[in-house]
Amino acid sequence: MAAAAGLPPRGDLHAPAHLLVNPAGAPVAGAYYIQHAYKHAGTPNIVTVVLADYRGFDTLGETLVVFTGAISVLFILRRRRP
Amino acid sequence: MQWQIEILLYIILIVAALSALGIRNLLAAVVILNIFSFMSASIMVSMGAIDVAFTEAVVGAGAVGVFNILAILRTSRKSLD
Amino acid sequence: MKTPSGSPIIQVAARGLVPVIQIIGLYVFFHGHYSPGGGFQGGVLLAASILLARLSLGTEVSQLLFPARKTIIFSALGALIFAGTGLAALLAGGHFLNYEFLPLPGLEPAELRNWGILIIESGVTLTVMTSLIAIYDEIIGC
Repeated sequence: MAAAAGLPPRGDLHAPAHLLVNPAGAPVAGAYYIQHAYKHAGTPNIVTVVLADYRGFDTLGETLVVFTGAISVLFILRRRRP
Repeated sequence: MQWQIEILLYIILIVAALSALGIRNLLAAVVILNIFSFMSASIMVSMGAIDVAFTEAVVGAGAVGVFNILAILRTSRKSLD
Repeated sequence: MKTPSGSPIIQVAARGLVPVIQIIGLYVFFHGHYSPGGGFQGGVLLAASILLARLSLGTEVSQLLFPARKTIIFSALGALIFAGTGLAALLAGGHFLNYEFLPLPGLEPAELRNWGILIIESGVTLTVMTSLIAIYDEIIGC
């Protein structure tokens, strides 16, 4: 709680997470996606590009988790159909 | 003006969670859980995470409520404790 | 449930709401490139419309809407579309799930990524929608 009071407010333009280069001198990862997402994928929604293109393997895992849930429910609760 | 609305949303969120834990009628508890998920979606909107809020609202209203009601119909209507 | 709901209010409301929810689900799915939304949300909305029909209109009518024996097949088909898109890009010379190398002729790399995103989102939609309906059908036992 004491540490949370020292965080910058939400939406602050000068917070370290929203700069191009962080205070240690390394480039921030989010700025690269914001600058290049439309050029790479031709899609205005950055969230969709990150979810489906840059991090497509995560979305594949999420889909397989849902599919595995359906398969396991089917194997556990299946009754004989006439 | 924004933080007053957020404080109000947080208060409704906590009250909904506590009353869903304490109520004995399980069908009413499911409806109160829907209120909980809608309030958390509203808090996510106020934080600017529209996609997460959309997913939370759709899943909380569409899938979780239906499956909770199914589980109640397969078991019992009243809480035992 | 298995028999239709006894109240005519619920039946009329469900018959009116199901197509509207399906239209909104398709809009959310196809408009995910430009606004919040995408495959998962559209799939859950489509599943919610069919679950509403299953809850209120009885087994006979809702089985005409989406038959229970085909749910798990479509679910596997959606996962196969997703993984098959990645494998097609892999076999065409790129990395796994790198849509630049999809074997679609006559498109620039940015357009190829656009179409690749749409294809895998359709796979996600199909899997999520049919998985939720399959879970409901197995619990209710029809």
